[in-house]
Amino acid sequence: MVAEASNKTISVTLRVWRQAGPNQPGSFVDYTAKGLNTNMSFLELLDVVNDDITRQGGEPIAFAHDCREGICGTCSLVIDGKPHGPHRGVASCQTYVRSFADGAVITVEPFRARPFPVVKDLITDRAAFDKIQQAGGYISVRTGAAPDANANAVPKEDAELAMDAAACIGCGACVAACKNASAMLFVAAKVSHLGLMPQGQPERDKRVLAMVNTADDLGFGSCTNQYECSAACPKLISHDFIARLNRDYIGATFRSAFTPASANTGGGA
Amino acid sequence: MAKLDSKIPSGPLADKWRKHKTEIKLVNPANKRKYEVIVVGAGLAGSSAAATLAELGYKVKSFVFHDSPRRAHSIAAQGGINAAKNYQNDGDSVYRLFYDTIKGGDYRAREANVHRLAEVSVNIIDQCVAQGVPFAREYGGLLANRSFGGAQVSRTFYARGQTGQQLLLGAYSALSRMVGQGAVELFTNEEMTDLVVVGGQAKGIITRNLVSGELRRWAADAVILATGGYGNVFNLSTYARGSNVTAIWRAYKRGACFGNPCYTQIHPTCIPVTGDYQSKLTLMSESLRNDGRIWVPKRKEDCRKDPASIAEEDRDYYLERMYPSFGNLAPRDIASRAAKRVCDEGRGIGETGLGVYLDFADAINRLGEAAVRERYGNLFDIYHEITDENAYKTPMRIYPAVHYTMGGLWVDYNLMSNVPGLFVLGEANFSDHGANRLGASALMQGLADGYFVIPYTIGDYLAGQKPGSRPSPDAPEFKEAEANVRAMTQRLLGAKGTQPVSHFHKRLGQIMWNYCGMARTKEGLQKALQELPKLREEFWATVKVPGSADTLNQSLENAGRVADFIELGELMCLDALTREESCGGHFREEHQYPDGECKRDDEKFGHVAAWEFQGPGQAPLRNVEPLNYEFVKMSVRNYK
Repeated sequence: MVAEASNKTISVTLRVWRQAGPNQPGSFVDYTAKGLNTNMSFLELLDVVNDDITRQGGEPIAFAHDCREGICGTCSLVIDGKPHGPHRGVASCQTYVRSFADGAVITVEPFRARPFPVVKDLITDRAAFDKIQQAGGYISVRTGAAPDANANAVPKEDAELAMDAAACIGCGACVAACKNASAMLFVAAKVSHLGLMPQGQPERDKRVLAMVNTADDLGFGSCTNQYECSAACPKLISHDFIARLNRDYIGATFRSAFTPASANTGGGA
Repeated sequence: MAKLDSKIPSGPLADKWRKHKTEIKLVNPANKRKYEVIVVGAGLAGSSAAATLAELGYKVKSFVFHDSPRRAHSIAAQGGINAAKNYQNDGDSVYRLFYDTIKGGDYRAREANVHRLAEVSVNIIDQCVAQGVPFAREYGGLLANRSFGGAQVSRTFYARGQTGQQLLLGAYSALSRMVGQGAVELFTNEEMTDLVVVGGQAKGIITRNLVSGELRRWAADAVILATGGYGNVFNLSTYARGSNVTAIWRAYKRGACFGNPCYTQIHPTCIPVTGDYQSKLTLMSESLRNDGRIWVPKRKEDCRKDPASIAEEDRDYYLERMYPSFGNLAPRDIASRAAKRVCDEGRGIGETGLGVYLDFADAINRLGEAAVRERYGNLFDIYHEITDENAYKTPMRIYPAVHYTMGGLWVDYNLMSNVPGLFVLGEANFSDHGANRLGASALMQGLADGYFVIPYTIGDYLAGQKPGSRPSPDAPEFKEAEANVRAMTQRLLGAKGTQPVSHFHKRLGQIMWNYCGMARTKEGLQKALQELPKLREEFWATVKVPGSADTLNQSLENAGRVADFIELGELMCLDALTREESCGGHFREEHQYPDGECKRDDEKFGHVAAWEFQGPGQAPLRNVEPLNYEFVKMSVRNYK
């Protein structure tokens, strides 16, 4: 079957959240878009609407986007109440007009969570994720100090599972989907990725404590096992990683309380 | 006229880098913290450089226009990263990687740079594994490899189809560690809008904060640009929408030479354009050509028919016909040009006639659908998402698209531009890929530059700068640069037009694609050089940029970038017109062998063209750096 849809067109109404700045009130504004090719992506629909707004002398809708192929994690729309729209396992940029009925009224909002304040219209500030990462989402290895890449074998199963977790694109849909605005899936993905690798072991306890505590400090909520996060995740990262995170966190909490630390940390002559 | 000293060390090829490292100047550890280095961009090259320089003790400021360093477009690279590890015991070596890269670049890169790239490739893999990059592994736990185009060995390391993502997240984690320690100051949503040159040396930048609109001045002892490629000059490309030329273009206008701007790579297998609303072209991995067969109908009148109804004898498997020994795995530039040729003959398929079939029916018959799904399932899924077509049942439609730019700011062996103190890394420089880049080499170069080259070579420059001698951001040069940016912003906002920026970007893209794309001619390029100045004038007269300068304003951001792209387009066409030969991605129809291969002219064009800005409205000056091949013989590239 050849693309039958390529010359089919529909019209929709977008009900878009407009907000001039972080501390300003926002509201929904309706825009009608006509004659849309159904192969158009949802972000291209916004492009078309924005060009119309511009031609009519208005100010276009601000929305975050970049790669438009589902990997950079920039796009962040709540479409009809769902982070990244109606389909599973895709980002907003991989949502297409063909998913909507002719005449549909489509609600478009930013990701909403207290640690992700609205910057303008549909753009939120997700710098909190960078801060969690900076607190411990790494293996401390100076450039040039690494041993040969094949010096340590990593079981294939571990590497594959680590890769499942590492596929996180840092978009924040997990937070937007969670009624508690919890960042547990995001933190779990990084903690699991590094914790599954032998290279990640020396800092494993320190990492999980630092990342979880930083997320708490930044105002993200706790996990109450609803799994909305993995349902909204464009990379379908499993909530099983949250169980792994909890195990690591509890273990690290005990070990940090009872493991004696060397007092002899000073330098030599 | 700019002085272009490549500073290539003397001596045997394999000893140059080692020798150079022992001879260049060092900065002592206590002095390093007295130097401030600005790094613009945080893709593979920028993140790795910022992290490594901070580890060494320099004070680093990292600037990105994205909301996070992890968004940089390195993240989208799929296939892999080359390294001469020879873990497969298949005869690979540093020399072979060097040779393949030089040959792949159609003998238009510097031997010494490329050899260094091959040497440090092995360190990159070590570094990334230590960071926890989850590369694909064999059952024994050791690293797996696969093959890529232009090589006869398996030297490509990969992490599923997301190698770029995993390498970038590795570099991002190293950068984040340094930010957490306070060794790097990170500025997100901060776009570089001008370079500040004081006393002939790069000493700072001007940025615009994309959230507040504020213009800010930053002084430093050295400036590193790692801001990526400029393929969005074509509007439609596989680049991210935000990828732009602004940082390097404004450095060009401050005196940095632009090397080989016309060298662009067009990837043969992308999903075709469907309508004028389109913003993005998506790559379908080259690996699909292992099992897919490319064809178009023999007769024009069959082009609109259902492909299943076209009989075998009415199909033209043109790559298999024209290149019997390589068939569907012909090199990227050749496969791209062949697709263009059959479409130009009127035999293209799909709505627009700009498409060819990539057909898996034979592979499915031979291997079964399950086996094809296992190999390529995720790509078939992506194809389905975008086109709503099931490629297991009907052939994929593909067409070439702009994918990478080999040209960029000219740099010497130390990665320093002709403006002292200005360093350029990764895709933003012109250095290592010549006229064509091989698959899985972009990631290698970005990380080589950032982790293993700049940390050494920047010391050689900084050792000559007195600690604490950097100028104040209140110096007149900073004020002048800020005023320059402010004036451009006001001019954009003040234009009394009606057309959105996208209108001009689309038209620019059409001109560039038609005349400076896969195949170029003297007449076409001359026509483009007449149309582009008109487009530029029309842009400034009729563009509409709504909103104000002191807030988040995406129209204003785009307007500045597109204004730069229009100017760059002219330089690219001028470069393509002047280079009267074909080489790699630069194909001039007048210069080809009877079989359609590139016909180089080593005598007249065995050099780098480094263009120097001479002022608005003035023709730029074409400087030349001869390419002296001491170790490899320039020959006709042959993959047959």
